[in-house]
Amino acid sequence: MNPRQDPVRPGPASPITVIVDGSAVRGLAGQTVAGVLLAAGRLAWRTTRSGRPRGVFCGIGVCHDCLVTVNGLADVRACQRRAADGDTVSTEDEA
Amino acid sequence: MKVVVVGAGIVGAAIARELAMAGVSVVVLDRSASAGGTSAAGEGNLLVSDKGPGAELSLALRSLTLWRSLLPEVADTFPSIEYETKGGLVVATTDAGAAALRAFADLQRTAGVSAAEVDGLDYEPDLNSAHTAAIFYPQDAQVQPAIATEALLAVARRHGASVRQGVEVLGPLRGGDRLTGVATSGGDVSGDHVVVAAGPWSGEVARRLGVELPVRPRRGTILVTTRMRQRIRHKVYDADYVGAVGSDDAALQTSSVVESTAAGTVLIGSSRERRGFDERIEARVLSAVAAKALVLFPFLAGVAVMRAYGGFRPFVPDHLPVIGPDPRLPGLWHATGHEGAGIVLSTATGELLGDLLLGRAPRVPAEAFAVDRPTLRPHLEPSPDQ
Amino acid sequence: MSAETPDVLVVGAGPAGLAAADAARRAGARVVLLDAAGDAGGQYWRHLPASRPAAAERVLHHGWDRFAALRGQEVLTDAQVWLAERHDDRPPTLHVLVGPADGSDRVRRTFAPTTLVLATGAYERTLPFPGWDLPGVFTAGAAQALAKAERIAVGRRVVVAGAGPFLLPVAASLVRTGAQVLGVLEANGWRRLARAWSARPAELLSTRHKAGELAGYVRDLARHRIPYRTGTAVVAAHGTDRVTSVTVARLDADWAPVMGSERRVPADAVCVSHGFVPRTELAVSAGCRLTRDGGVRTDENGLTSVPGVYAAGEITGIGGADLALAEGVVAGLAAAAAADPAGGGISAGQRRDRTVNQRFAARLEAAHGIRPGWVGWLADDTVICRCEEVTAGDLRAGAAATGSRGLRSLKLSTRAGLGVCQGRVCGRTVEDLLNRHTGGLLDAGRTETRPLAAFVRLGELAAGADKEEPA
Ligand SMILES: Cc1cc2nc3c(=O)[nH]c(=O)nc-3n(C[C@H](O)[C@H](O)[C@H](O)COP(=O)(O)OP(=O)(O)OC[C@H]3O[C@@H](n4cnc5c(N)ncnc54)[C@H](O)[C@@H]3O)c2cc1C
Ligand SMILES: Cc1cc2nc3c(=O)[nH]c(=O)nc-3n(C[C@H](O)[C@H](O)[C@H](O)COP(=O)(O)OP(=O)(O)OC[C@H]3O[C@@H](n4cnc5c(N)ncnc54)[C@H](O)[C@@H]3O)c2cc1C
Repeated sequence: MNPRQDPVRPGPASPITVIVDGSAVRGLAGQTVAGVLLAAGRLAWRTTRSGRPRGVFCGIGVCHDCLVTVNGLADVRACQRRAADGDTVSTEDEA
Repeated sequence: MKVVVVGAGIVGAAIARELAMAGVSVVVLDRSASAGGTSAAGEGNLLVSDKGPGAELSLALRSLTLWRSLLPEVADTFPSIEYETKGGLVVATTDAGAAALRAFADLQRTAGVSAAEVDGLDYEPDLNSAHTAAIFYPQDAQVQPAIATEALLAVARRHGASVRQGVEVLGPLRGGDRLTGVATSGGDVSGDHVVVAAGPWSGEVARRLGVELPVRPRRGTILVTTRMRQRIRHKVYDADYVGAVGSDDAALQTSSVVESTAAGTVLIGSSRERRGFDERIEARVLSAVAAKALVLFPFLAGVAVMRAYGGFRPFVPDHLPVIGPDPRLPGLWHATGHEGAGIVLSTATGELLGDLLLGRAPRVPAEAFAVDRPTLRPHLEPSPDQ
Repeated sequence: MSAETPDVLVVGAGPAGLAAADAARRAGARVVLLDAAGDAGGQYWRHLPASRPAAAERVLHHGWDRFAALRGQEVLTDAQVWLAERHDDRPPTLHVLVGPADGSDRVRRTFAPTTLVLATGAYERTLPFPGWDLPGVFTAGAAQALAKAERIAVGRRVVVAGAGPFLLPVAASLVRTGAQVLGVLEANGWRRLARAWSARPAELLSTRHKAGELAGYVRDLARHRIPYRTGTAVVAAHGTDRVTSVTVARLDADWAPVMGSERRVPADAVCVSHGFVPRTELAVSAGCRLTRDGGVRTDENGLTSVPGVYAAGEITGIGGADLALAEGVVAGLAAAAAADPAGGGISAGQRRDRTVNQRFAARLEAAHGIRPGWVGWLADDTVICRCEEVTAGDLRAGAAATGSRGLRSLKLSTRAGLGVCQGRVCGRTVEDLLNRHTGGLLDAGRTETRPLAAFVRLGELAAGADKEEPA
């Protein structure tokens, strides 16, 4: 949420850049890959076998709906993996 | 005629189908649910590539013919049994292995197996290019073994068989010196014949019925990867597979069998180890299986494994199935001991048992599978450690 | 690979594990506390990472001071236990990968502790409904986790629905993360809630801490004018590639939707939770017996059916963070004492704490447990297994075609539960539905068997070949 209105009064955080399907997306150090994607306004990124979109469902690493490919390695839970500056993320399409 | 089949695994299912189609009244009993034992705990390779000339190969070749011919029976009423004739590629990774593999293939050709030396990379572009020989076996096929079991049972039911789940065989019903049925947790079930097809538990069931049968479990563990774009097109094995199947060694052995399934996952098998009915999954076994698979397909290193599972291959000391009547107890029949090939061999096993029981001429040499064959006879007495 | 041999190994650094490790350390034991997550705190005290400091993080939390006191201990983070090798007469050997989640070059470590405390917590159970696989449908816990650890609201106009008091803190966090909460919908009616919550009021006094926390949330809803509706559920979510509205319906006492009560509510997110499932894969692999509800069975010291293996927190049953803390203290002390019999014991007060909080857990189940009528909101084409996209109709057809009464066989023929989550999300639901279709499964409970607790890369596995000794 907007840090100026945030009741937890966040301090400064360092920016990072992640390449998602070829485009640069800005995030904050300490965010998960899912956090970066959601904060950038993306709700879904994986496509199931039948072609349906999926994103975060459980948020705690159980449902595996949010799998992404990170730096060429497939099947990483976006909600569990902390994003690192310069990470290359590609979305997975099983259709 | 009424026949009681003990065990609703793939062997019991194939027998039930065969007999029911021949008009026999069949009841299948299983202490658990159908397709809940070994037939749901392994892979569904229908292989000839791993078998040398002999009785087992004849049974396997006949089985492949039967698998093809029964497909229409299960085509529309069932989820697909995932029958695929994708062929097997056996790969050697050492010079000695290459020589042994070529010699083995030469022998197999004399017995009706198609085997062609090929450039492995033409068949599997992601194969380790450092391999030393590759032989392609076009007859090798696969099914999904649990669905295949259920499909065979469904055909049997359509022909009047009944399948009773949750019914455990506890002991014999006898009339004079004949077996006339079985006592079960669900009451007595009588029959003119009783066929024990209880997989690795067949020895225990036989003992309950009053005879010794040396069937023992041989543990196997398999890894399942996440779904991926298909990069493995055939069934691919390392040539060590050929050695491990016939080996008597109790210690852990592994040889790679790598195949992709209709669901998109890759199955990586498997280990062989004699350790009773010990179900534990151990890191050392998983590591050994994984290491072998990477020798074939280095790209798999980054692939995620999501499950490990395993079962117990039913084996007998001379590594041949036991199919036929038990001369020690009239009315008792066996169909077991298929070790790592029970899925492929189930169809011809059902047919052979039907031939013998119904007095038809067997289409494969039956003596090799007889209970009292010379190589098994010494093992039919209770061993002192039991 | 040579195994490390602490006196006490604690798996899970949520409230239960933190309390257990702290108590065991105070009793003088050599303790290793590890967690798969990048930070200690578990689900309850999930918080912003150190790289994003905040001045007033406690506004999102209860018991933050207790956490502040507990989090000072050494925690091995990013440490995923992926396999527990059973030994029956002693704790299992645990295999751990240390490094970024689902990475490929993590460091393998092996532990053969004298005693083991499993504190792996629970995850949510969400009942399926038409459209629940649309983006924008979340578990309530996801909303909570994203709010606490990322400061992200899952939507702008959000409906919170399901069953249980957990819906209340989720609504509270959403509001504090900038979302508008359109309503909190509890499936159970007032009558059931009142009966369970007002019985034996004296008992609740001793858990006044917990009761006070809940009362606080209720006041919070009122302050933000968020309606709390009982006997009501989200029975469908609509949209093409994301949620744009939901159907809300009244439920009868058995959770069957009341015909004609449906209405559409525009919303861009819905957060749903119907309870929790203990995370038992390691316990099952270790050989621990489970209770009928699927939690790990323990004695009053937290000892499981396996010698030397203790369990604490939501892995033993669902009762909230206070119970997790109380159980953690007792299990930690017992584990330390068992590892070194010369050490101290457990006080009567510590045991009482545990019992009092357990009564609270029983009340939770009585008030909020799932009722069978929910299947009334399923359609034939409703997805049940999200991973393999197996529908309610597929399950019924699979059972009819095979005639099998085996969960194992039916999973293999329908593919329900065979996908990437390994039945964690759908497992219990699949069992429930198949029980109905088969007249009773003969091998129920199998979904809890998952030898691998997490993904492992083949290369990571292979790296251990030759180095492994039989344990
Ligand atoms: C890891 C592994 C991989 C394998 N891969 C292959 C492969 O690729 N290709 C291949 O062809 N084969 C393979 N096999 C071998 C194959 O799975 C077996 O040979 C085959 O499943 C045996 O079938 P069955 O019907 O004899 O036994 P099961 O399927 O075990 O059926 C026996 C049934 O008997 C029941 N039973 C036991 N005791 C009693 C009792 N007292 N009363 C009533 N019922 C009882 C059991 O509940 C069980 O359902 C593999 C095996 C393993 C373990
Ligand atoms: C998403 C979510 C959010 C929740 N939010 C709240 C809330 O706001 N308020 C509330 O009252 N209750 C909440 N709960 C309920 C919560 O589970 C309990 O109140 C409390 O956290 C239980 O504590 P615990 O220590 O038993 O387990 P947890 O807090 O769940 O801790 C378990 C820990 O074990 C670790 N772990 C599990 N398996 C492994 C493994 N194989 N290897 C290594 N580590 C492992 C996990 O990473 C986790 O950190 C929430 C539950 C969930 C699922």
